[in-house]
Amino acid sequence: MTDSKYFTTTKKGEIYELKGELNSEKRDKKREAVKKVIASMTVGKDVSALFPDVVNCMQTDHLELKKLVYLYLMNYAKSQPDMAIMAVNTFVKDCEDPNPLIRALAVRTMGCIRVDKITEYLGEPLRKCLKDEDPYVRKTAAVCVAKLHDINPILVEDQGFLELLRDLLGDSNPMVVANAVAAMSEIVETSPTALKMLEINSATIGKLLTALNECTEWGQVFILDSIANYSPRDEREAQSICERVTPRLSHANAAVVLSAIKVVMKLLEMMDQSAGFAGTLVKKLAPPLVTLLSAEPEIQYVALRNINLIVQKRPEILKHEMKVFFVKYNDPIYVKLEKLDIMIRLTNQANIAQVLAELKEYATEVDVDFVRKSVRAIGRCAIKVEASAERCVSTLLDLIQTKVNYVVQEAVVVIKDIFRKYPNKYESIISTLCENLDTLDEPEARASMIWIIGEYAERIDNADELLESFLEGFQDENAQVQLQLLTAIVKLFLKRPTDTQELVQQVLSLATQDSDNPDLRDRGYIYWRLLSTDPAAAKDVVLAEKPLISEETDLIEPTLLDELICHISSLASVYHKPPSAFVEGRQAVRKALPPRSQSGEGEAVQAAPEAPVAPPQPQATVIPGMDSLTGDLLDLDLGGPSTYQPPAAVQPQPIGGGSMDLLGEGLDSLLGPSPVSGMDMGPGPRGGGVGDLFSLAGLVPTTSYVPPQETWIEAGKSKGMEVNGTFSRKNNQACMELTFTNKAMSPMAGFAVQFNKNSFGLAPGILNINTPLAPNAAANVTLALTTTGGVQKMEPLNNLQVAVKNNIDVFYFSCQVPLNVLFVEDGEMDKRVFLATWKDIPSQNEEQYTIANVEHSADTVTTKLRNNNIFTIAKRNVEGQDMLYQSLKLTNNIWVLAELKIQPGNNNFMLSLKSTTLDVYPGIYQSYDAIVRS
Amino acid sequence: MSASAVFICDVKGKVLISRNYRGDIDMSVVDKFMTLVMEMEDEATLTPIIQHGNVTFCYIKYNNLYLLTTTKKNANVALSFSFLHKIVQVFCEYFKELEEESIRDNFVIIYELLDELMDFGYPQTTDSKILQEYITQESHQVEVQARPPSTVTNAVSWRSEGIKYRKNEVFLDVIESVNLLVSANGNVLRSEIVGAVKMRVYLSGMPELRLGLNDKVLFESTGRGKTKAVELEDVKFHQCVRLSRFENDRTISFIPPDGEYDLMSYRLNTHVKPLIWVESVIERHAHSRVEYMIKAKSQFKRRSTANNVEIIVPVPQDADSPKFKTTVGSCKYSPELNAVVWSIKSFPGGKEFLMRAHFGLPSVMSEDTEGKPPIHVRFEIPYFTVSGIQVRYLKIIEKSGYQALPWVRYITQNGDYQLRTS
Repeated sequence: MTDSKYFTTTKKGEIYELKGELNSEKRDKKREAVKKVIASMTVGKDVSALFPDVVNCMQTDHLELKKLVYLYLMNYAKSQPDMAIMAVNTFVKDCEDPNPLIRALAVRTMGCIRVDKITEYLGEPLRKCLKDEDPYVRKTAAVCVAKLHDINPILVEDQGFLELLRDLLGDSNPMVVANAVAAMSEIVETSPTALKMLEINSATIGKLLTALNECTEWGQVFILDSIANYSPRDEREAQSICERVTPRLSHANAAVVLSAIKVVMKLLEMMDQSAGFAGTLVKKLAPPLVTLLSAEPEIQYVALRNINLIVQKRPEILKHEMKVFFVKYNDPIYVKLEKLDIMIRLTNQANIAQVLAELKEYATEVDVDFVRKSVRAIGRCAIKVEASAERCVSTLLDLIQTKVNYVVQEAVVVIKDIFRKYPNKYESIISTLCENLDTLDEPEARASMIWIIGEYAERIDNADELLESFLEGFQDENAQVQLQLLTAIVKLFLKRPTDTQELVQQVLSLATQDSDNPDLRDRGYIYWRLLSTDPAAAKDVVLAEKPLISEETDLIEPTLLDELICHISSLASVYHKPPSAFVEGRQAVRKALPPRSQSGEGEAVQAAPEAPVAPPQPQATVIPGMDSLTGDLLDLDLGGPSTYQPPAAVQPQPIGGGSMDLLGEGLDSLLGPSPVSGMDMGPGPRGGGVGDLFSLAGLVPTTSYVPPQETWIEAGKSKGMEVNGTFSRKNNQACMELTFTNKAMSPMAGFAVQFNKNSFGLAPGILNINTPLAPNAAANVTLALTTTGGVQKMEPLNNLQVAVKNNIDVFYFSCQVPLNVLFVEDGEMDKRVFLATWKDIPSQNEEQYTIANVEHSADTVTTKLRNNNIFTIAKRNVEGQDMLYQSLKLTNNIWVLAELKIQPGNNNFMLSLKSTTLDVYPGIYQSYDAIVRS
Repeated sequence: MSASAVFICDVKGKVLISRNYRGDIDMSVVDKFMTLVMEMEDEATLTPIIQHGNVTFCYIKYNNLYLLTTTKKNANVALSFSFLHKIVQVFCEYFKELEEESIRDNFVIIYELLDELMDFGYPQTTDSKILQEYITQESHQVEVQARPPSTVTNAVSWRSEGIKYRKNEVFLDVIESVNLLVSANGNVLRSEIVGAVKMRVYLSGMPELRLGLNDKVLFESTGRGKTKAVELEDVKFHQCVRLSRFENDRTISFIPPDGEYDLMSYRLNTHVKPLIWVESVIERHAHSRVEYMIKAKSQFKRRSTANNVEIIVPVPQDADSPKFKTTVGSCKYSPELNAVVWSIKSFPGGKEFLMRAHFGLPSVMSEDTEGKPPIHVRFEIPYFTVSGIQVRYLKIIEKSGYQALPWVRYITQNGDYQLRTS
């Protein structure tokens, strides 16, 4: 007889009947009844009405019955919290049962019942179980500490459970150690106080490494993941950890292998890259990575996504393993696509012939997406390996001859990229492309074709006819096609002005008058103005020589890559996104690789000459993802670099050099006030001292608060370049005040600054330093910041990650932007609006802060704040207290309202903040505090 | 790095059984799962990891079942998938087969197992032999109460104490699978050997075993470089093998689990001559017929013989009226595979056989284009390892000092053995 019979009853009055059976005297009948209840629960029926009757069955020596009742409790306790309390006594009693199986069961189940009243009683039994004589109970109790912490962190931290948990790391039983580590990692992730208590140090690492050899496969994963979070003191310690972790690369479980790889990849950073140890270590990584590709397809997928990161970080590991990534007929499509990506990354001159033969084979498969990606891959090969470009182009031409619609379209898209990389080399194929004009129905392919026609208009006799044919359906085209068509026709006009005037007028009027797409209109106006005021300048801008596209595409930005390497085998490594991008709540620590060992660095670069790490320098033009390419063409056409800009945004302010400047000057009226460029040392205050002087003289009306400079990069860590800096606000713009000091022996040049995406979209303007910077010389620079860069929420909010480059290397640091530099000038709210807004924001959004020990009157404070764009809108005097009502606006249009309470004779100011965005409060408070004290 | 819950669903996405481990997600989120799978399938963006709001699903498919975990955190997904495959294995060992029916038939025990397999999203004991000691099919009586076997938390968590056999025996199977990928023009693109050492252990007590192979690294380090040895590229071991010992001096030493298990696997990338070589000439006459000429050649020593050879040649979906001619073996058209299966019971080394096939094609072309599936080959060659690996000794030491007999067998068979057609 099987259990399926319990599912069969569906009669009416079933619940009533079950009630009777549950209360039966006969033990067998009772047990059958509980099974029926669980069966009903399994199929999704609500049997919560039986709660008291089921709980009555809890006191039994029958283990199976007990387990079922516990299971029932876990499911329904939350809906019946008052009744659940009935179960507490039995739980507590069971925690002292002579049978360890029951003790463990009780403590495990209790932790899963997320009802406060029950949790209160959990403390004592849990404490006992953590010291139980049986390891089975201890390992269960260890996990239970994490459960309890999840429900009530204060209870756990106050009652000393963290200490008990830490003690378990020294337990004689490896499985207890493993579970304790798992619980600790989880607690540490959410609680900073616990972090201090449970931080892993070199003593605990020793214990973990010992347990690693003996515990179960899962335990090994917990331990390895936690070792990956530890930063060894020095290279020697890193080496000794690696020595003890590498045997895990031979484990049969893929999860153990990947976690071991994570530890090794991280610790490798700390080692002398040229020394033998690192070399052998790197060699050991390849075989296990290859073997992962024989695992189940889902695991292969995870492995491939991680390999994608690993080959970007250390291309040398898998450079000889191209063949294992060849696609098999029966691979699932998601595996095929990932393999293709990695094939491209590993392509080089030596293996290109083989790769190309494979890609050509794939391009004749049936799966459309796979075929498309294969065709693209051929184009990427051409761009990457110059020697093979010709072969790739002829392969693409062969594919175009197949006339398979989607193959032709993909081919056109990639051929455009090839033209960008090798201009004036393969124009002979344009005629073949033109033959297929009619088959192109996808926007990207159409846009690419139009770009090609515009770019080579002088060599295509009937370019005007071709473009005119596209113009007929202008309104129905996709936006990227419209933009492209506009640019192409302007190019054509500049090249052959005589017979195309009518065409260009037509397209300009279509773009500016008949379109409601602002990008298109703006571009149309710019061209129109350019053409009408200064055709020569127009020629310089529109037909300017374009920067060549780089060979490596879709590279992950280096700081993100480093972070992802620390997350190998986790979801983040599969999504290629930092955990903060998809995990709710606070991420306590952002992980970063340890700084590379200094001594071997020079050699390391030599050892891996083709390392595709593109430093985030403004000069390098990296092709954005294929999808966004055409969207960016405007920027490219105008010669402005588009490194790491959000693809769709058309930059309203010039951020690059070259022809863009020309545009900026010529079109002042169009673009509004000319932005402050980096070299503007202007009449504005430079640093606090001078500024004060000016303000005394009454020349400069405002002095905003500028914090003193901090050291951001120490000379010792950056081959002699010291960077000090702070933030200020000048000419209605946030600025970074930087001092570069050359403490090395040789001159430095080629300085550049780039920011990672940040909460306020800050992006650097032009960095202007008189180079070379001689040894022992220092240069002060004011770097204007725009707020049009990529936005990503940071923790803390005002965190800014910066890359600084010079002719020697790239260095990274992060700093915190004082929010006051982001307070904008038009942050003064109308009184009535202020009143309404204040009422609109719910009172739970209001938070109070104290600014302690300040010696100011309401008036001096008002002026000080006013100078920093905090505007006092109203002032009231209530019972001798001064109440100031203030408003400010951040660059990203977040309004913050404030009430500042000042009592005579009391040096503590009370500040209440109200805004719809609560996250900014800590930063705003810091700024207030700093300004008032300045 | 944890799973919030585990679900087992039927092919339509209906939950058959589930277990909520962390209580941090709404269990009804699983109702969205099937819709998401279908949407992504339509857009051809299906991956085994699906994100929905702040919940991530990781799923595998087994028989007609979906097994999935959900998480809200940055979970270790390699762990999630390993775990899902592991629970399939445990259920199979418990119920012979894992399918909808076996879940309904055993829901009580599945709940019990889910409780032991994972706690708060962290995998715990997943060794089915050990689980069977305290989670048994028949219900426990009051008199004999189950206790957790000490094995659960022992350093040796895979073997119980007090095992007794009258006759102490060990069977060792060395099985090598050949993976091969050949391009349409006859170039070998990839060839690798994946070997496995499988054991069946019937030994009493807590025996210490040591396995000696003709491992090249070992031979070279001990100065026996000249003897024939094999370079094992990536060796993976069962839990029981002391990995650090192997890392140090290449000794494979272990206390084995009881019964049947895989001791180790290894991989070799050395290029070997493809054991069975297949050449195909395909002549397609559109709208009328298609003709195949298949030549199979055995490229191993004459004294070995490949058994149960099957050469599976794909044919178009709409082919009809098959005709075959062959010098040896038999041919069968299997429409469900869209292929001809040419079976040769015994194929000695150094021989060459020929097969011709003829199919009619309909005069109307089918709309959908077909891919070019490769030819697959299946075979089994006993008493032979293609890598040349050999078991030199298997030492068995138990404190009671009994004599045990090791039996060794070698087999080479096909792995993923594909030859592309033009």
